[in-house]
Amino acid sequence: MAAVLELLLREEVAVGAVLRWLRQGPGHRPAEVTGLVSLSLLQKDFVPFLLNFLREQTSQILTNGPSTPAKTPNSKAHGSQRTGSERRAGHKASLGSFLTATPEALPARRGRRKGGSAVSTSGRQVPRDLGRSLAEEEDGKNDSPSWSGGRRKRSEVPLVSARSPPSQLNLNNLEEFPPMGAASVPGGCKPSRRINPTPVSAERPLSKPKTCFTSTPVSQSPAARFSSGSNLEAFSTVQEGNLTSVISSSLQEEREMLKKERCKLLHQASSPAGISLDPGTPTKPSYTRSASLPAESHLVTCADPAKVSCKKQLECLARLYSSCIAENLVPNIFLELFFVLQLLTSKGTSTAEEEEESDLEVNERSKDASGRQHFRSVHNCVYFAVQVLDYQYEIISHLEKGTLKFLAENERIASFSPTLHERLRQAYESSTAKVSLLLPCSVQSVSFQPETDNRSNFPSDRAFHIFKKQRDIFYELLREWEDNHEKTGWDFERVLGNKIRAMMAHLSATCNHSHFARLFQKQLIQMCKGPVGGGASWGDTPDQDVLNMLGPDNLSRLKRLQERFVVPQSIRGPCPPPSFPGCQQFFRDFILSAGSYQFNQHLVDSLCLKILELDGLTLVEHEHSDGEADMDEQDEKKRFTVVLLSLRLLAKFLGFLVFLPYRTVEQPTRDLQDSAVALRNQTLPVLDVLKLLRQSIRDHRSILTVPWIVEFLSLADHIAPFLDYYRKVFCLLLLMVLSEDKEMSFLNKLLILAVLGWLFQVPSVPEELFFATDVRQEGVMVDTVTSAQALDSVPLVDQQLLYTCCPYLGELRKLLASFVAGSGAKNGGFIRKITPTAAESLAPKTSVTQRKLQVELEQAFFHNQPPSLRRTVEFVAERVGSNCVKHIKATLVAELVQRAEVMLQDKVKEEDANHDKLLEEVCAHLYEEGAQALIKGREFCKKKGPEAVRVLLPEETSAAVLNSAEDIAVELATEKACGWLSANIAALIKREVKATFNRMLKVPGLPLPSEDALELRRDCPPGCQHRAPFPSQIINEIKVHNVHFLDVLCVAVGPRDEGEVIDHDWLECLLGRLSQTLRCRKFMCPTSEQQLAKCTVELASLLGESVMIIKSNPTYGLLKLLLSVWKEDFGAPVPVQLMFSRKNIGYLSEVKQREWDLFLFMLHGLVEHDLMRTSEIESCLRSLGELPWPSDFLKELEMLSRVFTSEHRIEEPRTNPRELTRQSLGTVTAQS
Amino acid sequence: MKLSKAQYDEIAQFLGHVQPTRQSLRKLKEKFPSQSQSTLLSIFSQEYQKQIKRTHAKHHTAEAAETYYQRYLNGVMKNAAAPVLLELANEVDFAPSLMARIVLERFLQEREQAIPSKTLINSMLRDPSQIPDGVLANQVYQCTVNDCCYGPLVDCIKHAIGHEHEVLLREMLLEKNLSFIAEDQLRAKGYDKTPDFILEVPVAVEGHIIHWIESKASFGDESSHQAYLQDQFWSYWNRFGPGLVIYWYGFIEELDCHRERGILLKDCFPTDIVTLRHSMAQR
Repeated sequence: MAAVLELLLREEVAVGAVLRWLRQGPGHRPAEVTGLVSLSLLQKDFVPFLLNFLREQTSQILTNGPSTPAKTPNSKAHGSQRTGSERRAGHKASLGSFLTATPEALPARRGRRKGGSAVSTSGRQVPRDLGRSLAEEEDGKNDSPSWSGGRRKRSEVPLVSARSPPSQLNLNNLEEFPPMGAASVPGGCKPSRRINPTPVSAERPLSKPKTCFTSTPVSQSPAARFSSGSNLEAFSTVQEGNLTSVISSSLQEEREMLKKERCKLLHQASSPAGISLDPGTPTKPSYTRSASLPAESHLVTCADPAKVSCKKQLECLARLYSSCIAENLVPNIFLELFFVLQLLTSKGTSTAEEEEESDLEVNERSKDASGRQHFRSVHNCVYFAVQVLDYQYEIISHLEKGTLKFLAENERIASFSPTLHERLRQAYESSTAKVSLLLPCSVQSVSFQPETDNRSNFPSDRAFHIFKKQRDIFYELLREWEDNHEKTGWDFERVLGNKIRAMMAHLSATCNHSHFARLFQKQLIQMCKGPVGGGASWGDTPDQDVLNMLGPDNLSRLKRLQERFVVPQSIRGPCPPPSFPGCQQFFRDFILSAGSYQFNQHLVDSLCLKILELDGLTLVEHEHSDGEADMDEQDEKKRFTVVLLSLRLLAKFLGFLVFLPYRTVEQPTRDLQDSAVALRNQTLPVLDVLKLLRQSIRDHRSILTVPWIVEFLSLADHIAPFLDYYRKVFCLLLLMVLSEDKEMSFLNKLLILAVLGWLFQVPSVPEELFFATDVRQEGVMVDTVTSAQALDSVPLVDQQLLYTCCPYLGELRKLLASFVAGSGAKNGGFIRKITPTAAESLAPKTSVTQRKLQVELEQAFFHNQPPSLRRTVEFVAERVGSNCVKHIKATLVAELVQRAEVMLQDKVKEEDANHDKLLEEVCAHLYEEGAQALIKGREFCKKKGPEAVRVLLPEETSAAVLNSAEDIAVELATEKACGWLSANIAALIKREVKATFNRMLKVPGLPLPSEDALELRRDCPPGCQHRAPFPSQIINEIKVHNVHFLDVLCVAVGPRDEGEVIDHDWLECLLGRLSQTLRCRKFMCPTSEQQLAKCTVELASLLGESVMIIKSNPTYGLLKLLLSVWKEDFGAPVPVQLMFSRKNIGYLSEVKQREWDLFLFMLHGLVEHDLMRTSEIESCLRSLGELPWPSDFLKELEMLSRVFTSEHRIEEPRTNPRELTRQSLGTVTAQS
Repeated sequence: MKLSKAQYDEIAQFLGHVQPTRQSLRKLKEKFPSQSQSTLLSIFSQEYQKQIKRTHAKHHTAEAAETYYQRYLNGVMKNAAAPVLLELANEVDFAPSLMARIVLERFLQEREQAIPSKTLINSMLRDPSQIPDGVLANQVYQCTVNDCCYGPLVDCIKHAIGHEHEVLLREMLLEKNLSFIAEDQLRAKGYDKTPDFILEVPVAVEGHIIHWIESKASFGDESSHQAYLQDQFWSYWNRFGPGLVIYWYGFIEELDCHRERGILLKDCFPTDIVTLRHSMAQR
């Protein structure tokens, strides 16, 4: 490997030749590369070697560089097993022992134990905690913690080589630098063809799971002690304390500790390998890690083009490297770009500067060209970086505007390459690719939809009511989380865990999981589908109007968010591990806390269904010839964005759920892996992503499918990629990276490359995969077809979407921003709203028509018409059909139900016996009428279908086409509606009737609904102004009056309130207003009216009796008024018989001097106003007589009764009531 | 009428010292002339109810019931026409209607030798004529009529007021041309929780989108608002999104703190309403 580079750098082989050699197969040996022929190496091994070479070469510059940017490439070069194995094979044995004793391995275990004891109170909690810590470690919020376990190792391992003086390295020595793949043979020099994933993992059985190439610099991982296994609590305590303020001091301390530890280890580890190393006295102080003090203390070296040495070699390397990037031979182009930008922005220290000369001398003296330090000076690094950037101009020019701005303003680029500077400036000025600042999302609820959520969707009342509660509890949890999750010390599991599990228990008891899963999923999409989520790792000063929009409340939150952007720790490198940013965290934690198999299963079902639905959507149908194509394109882009983001979200959660049971803290050992693979190869995947991926490639729809499959796979466990099935998926994805799809729109391709590049860096994806040739050969390229649904060639992706899907691309910008001291970049973002589309199924349902020929004719009709016509017709048919059913329900069925109600009311009174039977009878009666639904449905479709089609199709559509379209739409709609109706009408009627019946039975005390309706049907008199006093007011006044009367009656007490005296005028006025109130029906409700009726009866009784005490005459007038109000104004029956109640008559009995004429007057009035019949009054009087009254009272009562009876028998033709009363009065008094 | 927490506390404190009578209400009005009567009445009633809730248990022990019953018997023995029960209630600081219930329960229990059903008691309280003892019927009636916070009559008045305000709100919506679905329609469609009105086309009130409006003919104090939030408002939010609550008799200003999240409080029909222009053009 090194030899190839050697030849290149010594200019014995041209760059072009190396490239050709790289591109061609192993057997190909063109004459010009004879120098390479002797090197029987696999070309593919060259790329990783080159990448590592560059990392190693630049390691010192970057180590001493700014502390903010991740030392990604550096650590990658040394840490990644793929490359490390090459070199380390020589001292593999020692490496093994080194890894066993890796400092963080011990604390990791300690951390776990600590966590275990912390939660040992709950037995159930332990596994959940494991899951959570797993999840937590991926949490963007936690910056580095658990991943750093893996990363740390990587940042330490390089010491082995970094400290070894370059002059001592002999890159041609196959012992020390054996070819790739030789790793499995300790000390052996037999070159192997490729890296096989398995031997590599076997080689590090005890190592931490691999993390990304990205590593967080040591200074960023205060919590590193708690590596992957550590539990959340243990972690958070550390994090709170350290992350922010304590950072510098505690870190320094820790670094010292680590240094000592490392020295110890290195001493043991490296000595046997024969590499003389004295870590205590490093030959070059700048090589030691301890020198990587905070960057602020160093001055930025001014890069000078004149000081660049070995330009030729640098140019060679730049060209070679750029070609590898261009040909997609590197796993992640953005990682490389990040590296290049790191070089561009490297800040050489003064020490480095001083030593430079001597180093260069050393290098010059070395005969070994590739061993030379070409990148020892900042000048060289910048020179190389600018060269590469120039080659990668096309990609760079597609970055978002903010990044372009930094590049265009970068003085190093300006001084090293004025042309590139100029091109970048132009690119910046013409760029429209502003990417908006991502705002925190707010919680919105999922709307209640009767079609899916009402009682008829549940097996029982209980299930329905329990779900009602669950829905409310769910949102309560969500609100609680929203309010508190950012507070320190708030713990999801501790606060919400039990509530969630109680909820799950309820769901299980009533089999409501599917309902809840649907709600959960809808809420997930609602809250997280946008570009939001808080995971954005790059930012801008928000526009003022953004702030205005947010209001002061959210401003503080926004500021916190911004702070997170600004603090150096936030630079995590371009390959962060998968995470659940923002609101997604809630959903993940919910799943973990719930720990419910049933719920997970239902959720998986629900997610799969939705994914399939969205993935199959036809998103693009515009015709380029059309004038409105622009508008269409915009719409399509928007729709595509929404669908893509939703898919990615759903797929991430699906991946999370599917691989959750298999997740392990550490990479399993080879043995465990083999048995797990054997076991799991037997099961079928939940969602056939391989099939979907193949289809998408075939149909040119990979731009939609690949991004979500990547999300799905990013959550795979350590074993999954080794399973036969997923291995095929990975192979296919890899082929996509390598294949040249000329058709594909540039940004589309860029998005695919970005997400795939990221996927290959995800910890659980074995790093060897990318370079393994068998993988490349295994994948059989899928034949593609021309599909109407093709998406890949349509420019659907813009920078907004690219950065939304890959927020880590923002790292490039952050890196550049951190370089510009005191940068005041204020090109604020703007907000692009993503309009959500309805979640309704848009997939057209083709009906099965029996007449085959008709179908064929129909197909033919659509064939030559624009696709929108078909879509319109199908859409209309779907809607009209559905509306038809709704209409039938609202009209015919409602009518039938009403009739049933009447029938039931009658019958339920007759026989209390068998309700079910009764219901059955009534329904059977209605079924025949239900058949009308079909006729009415047909009519409806025939009327509505053509209307809709006409509105939706272009005006210019020819009459014939229009007619046909209308006919088909009507036909389809009718088919749909009538099909449904004929199958379901009977059941529908029965269900509705039953529901009504149950309602009827439930409220026996209250008047039946129809009675209610009857009363309320009364209208206000014509011209009513609705100004009458409110019923409540009148009731209240009458109540007060009744109190007065009572007070009056209670002679012993006397009137309580001097201010309130019975005032007859006032009373008359009250009755007048009562009459008004009763006439205006607007504010009347049955209860009010009934109460008024009752109150007035009470009033009448009291009035009569109190009159006897205070002897006041106008009472007759008042009583008359009351009688007329009862008769004329009341809609509800007035319970006048209450006047004969023992209570009311009782008042009378207590009076010494009874005056019966008023009472008689009342009785006559009642008869006269048809309020009571004579016989009714007689019977009331009779029953009164049976009560135990004082004897004298009883006598009088009997007398009264006799008088009343006799008068009414004689006086059938009615006389003036006043005369009548006078007459009877005389009689009664005379007799008493 | 919006009250600050401090204003409200002042009123509540004043109410802590007085009997729940009409006279007290008048004093309250004199003391706080700037507040609207209905607001004061509503607070008055709520505060009284809180006080009753606190002491409820004390009056409901078997011993207490027995004591009250014996005192009632003694009282009516002396003078059946005197408001014995009412005065007893006032004396022990208990709602007359509730006192009537306790004594009635005890009376029936003795008479029937069994614990009477709730429905029977309620029915008798609603219509004292059904009470088989004339004297007790009178006494009970006197209690229910004199009670300004409890009892069937008050319940009915409350119900009527609620209904009336709903009708008023409906009128206002119609006047503003805002189409809505009313509670009964929603219920018929099978909604599990139903606000008074759901707007078919959402509008913005004071810059906040609302989907539903709930009418509350009472004063929004802390405890009632919390209970409503829990039982109703959040549930509506959970199903229909943000909405508006109108407390016709006012509320404590500080409670209007969920605006951002989607629960708006008003003490009258809002004037600052922005509708979707699109749909307005169609009208």
